[in-house]
Amino acid sequence: MMWITTKRIIRAGFIGFWRSGYVSVSSVLVLTVTLFVIGMLMLSSAFLESTLTNLEDRVDISVTFKADAPEVEIRALQVALEELPEVRSVIYTSRAEELRNFEQRHQDNSLLIQSLNEVGNPFGARLSVLATNPSQYEVIARFLDSHSDSQIFSEPIIDQVSFKRDIIDKLLGVIDTSRTISLTVSSLLIALSILVTFTTISLAIYVSREEISVMRLVGAANSYIRGPFMVQGVIAGLISAFIATSLLYPSVVWVRNATAGVYGGVNLVPYFLDNFAQIFLTLLLSGIVLGVISSFLAARKYLKV
Amino acid sequence: MIYFDKVSKIYFDNSVALDDVSLTIEPGEFVSIVGHSGAGKSTLLKMILAEERPTTGSVFFESVNVHALPKNQVPHLRRRIGSVFQDFRLLPNKTAYENIAFTMEAAGRTDDEIASDVPHVLELIGLGNKMWHFPFELSGGERQRIAIGRAIVNQPELLIADEPTGNLDPLNTHEIIQIFKKINDLGTTVILTTHNKGVIDSLSKRVVTLENGRISRDNKEGRYII
Repeated sequence: MMWITTKRIIRAGFIGFWRSGYVSVSSVLVLTVTLFVIGMLMLSSAFLESTLTNLEDRVDISVTFKADAPEVEIRALQVALEELPEVRSVIYTSRAEELRNFEQRHQDNSLLIQSLNEVGNPFGARLSVLATNPSQYEVIARFLDSHSDSQIFSEPIIDQVSFKRDIIDKLLGVIDTSRTISLTVSSLLIALSILVTFTTISLAIYVSREEISVMRLVGAANSYIRGPFMVQGVIAGLISAFIATSLLYPSVVWVRNATAGVYGGVNLVPYFLDNFAQIFLTLLLSGIVLGVISSFLAARKYLKV
Repeated sequence: MIYFDKVSKIYFDNSVALDDVSLTIEPGEFVSIVGHSGAGKSTLLKMILAEERPTTGSVFFESVNVHALPKNQVPHLRRRIGSVFQDFRLLPNKTAYENIAFTMEAAGRTDDEIASDVPHVLELIGLGNKMWHFPFELSGGERQRIAIGRAIVNQPELLIADEPTGNLDPLNTHEIIQIFKKINDLGTTVILTTHNKGVIDSLSKRVVTLENGRISRDNKEGRYII
C-alpha cells in the first residue's frame, strides 16, 4: 500500500512537472539563479578567504641577530619561541643564506656586490616568527623584548626586532571588515534569492489551488495531494543544480579572463575544479531542499480543511 | 442515511444561509432540492461533505456526526460520497481517464482495479473513445459526464449533484438526468439541487423546497413550485 502510494505520487509528480510546462520552466529558472548565486558566493568567499590568509601569512615578526651571535643561542631562542602557544612557526635563516638572498636580489648591481665581497658578510642570522593568529603579535613582541633584556645570554644577541604594528593593525582591520562585508552581502543575497524562489513556487502552486480543492473533495488525503508537488520541487531542484553548476565553469573562466589585467587577477577556476564535488553536492542539496520546502509550504496553504 | 438536526448556518456578515433545518434522507432515495439562488441549497450539500460547518445543529451521515470527525478522517467520509458540480471541477492537467482514475488512486485501490474499472465506467457514460482527451478538448456535456464517472467509480453510497445541469443544453440535461436515474435505480442515494423546472417535473421523485434558509415544502412525488 505504502509502496503503491509512493509510486503513484512520484509518477504524478513527473507527469505534473511535464504538463505544467511554462510554470515548471519558470520554477527551474528562478531556482537556477538562486543556486548560481549560492555557487558564486561559495567560490568568491573561498577566494577571499585564501587571499586574506595569504595576506595574514605575510605578516611576521622578523628578528635580526648581531653578526657575531652564536648559532646555538639563536637556535635556543627559536625553540623557546616555538614552545609559545601563540606561535605557529619560526623560520631560521642563517647568515650565509641572508647574504645569498641579498646577492640574488642585487645581482645586477656589480658595484654593490663587489664592495660586499670586500667587507665580508655583514648580515646577521634571522628568525621569522609567524603567529597562529595575527592579533597575537603583541604577545610575541613582548616575549622577545623581555628576552633581549634578560641575562639568559652572555651578551645581547638580538640586533633588531622589526614588527610593524601600525601596518599589522590596519591590515587586521581590513581583513576583518572584508570578512564581515562578504558574510553580510552573501547572507543578504542568499536570503533574497530564497525569498524569490519561494514566491515563484508559491505562485506556481497558486495556479493549482482549484485543482487542490477538487482533489480534497474527491477524498484524497492531504499527503497524497501534497506529494506530487513536492516531487515536482525535487525535480526542479535537480535540474536547476545541474544547470547552475554547468553555468559556473564558464563564469569563473570569464571572471579570470576579465580580471587578468588587474593586479593578481581573480582566478576562481582552481577553486571550482578542486572543490567541484563539494560545490555540486551543495547546490544539489540546496536545490532539492529549497524546492521541497517551498512546495510543501505553498501547498499547505491550500490544504487547510 | 442523512440526517440534518436543527441545522443553522449564519455567515460572518450575519446573512442566514440555513435556518433551523431538520431533514432526513433514507437510503436509496432520489431527493431534489429546489429554491431560488441563495436559498441555501449549496450550503446544505457542502455540509454533507464537511466543506462547511453548521453554526448550530449537527449533520449525520449514517450514525457519524460529520463535523465531529477528526481532520484526517474527512477524506474517508468523502470517498463514500460522489460529488458532481455545476462547473464540473475536473483536474485540468489530467486526461478523462486520469481524472476518473485519480479518485480510485486516492481511495487506495489497486492498479488492477483501476485498469479494469475506469474503462468500464467510461463506456458506461459513453466516452470510451475519448479517454485520453484533456478536459479542455471536451464539450460541456462530455465534461459533466466525466465528472459523473469520477463520482460513481468508487461505487459510493451517496451521490451529491449541485446544479449539475446548470451549464448544459436541454439535450445534455436530459441525458445527464437519465444517468442519475440509472445510478439511483442501482441503489445509490442521490441528492440533486437544481433550478430546472423541467427536470423536477419529469423525475416525479421527492422534492424539498428551500426558501430563505428554511424548508417550505417537502413532497413525496413533488413538482417544481416556488
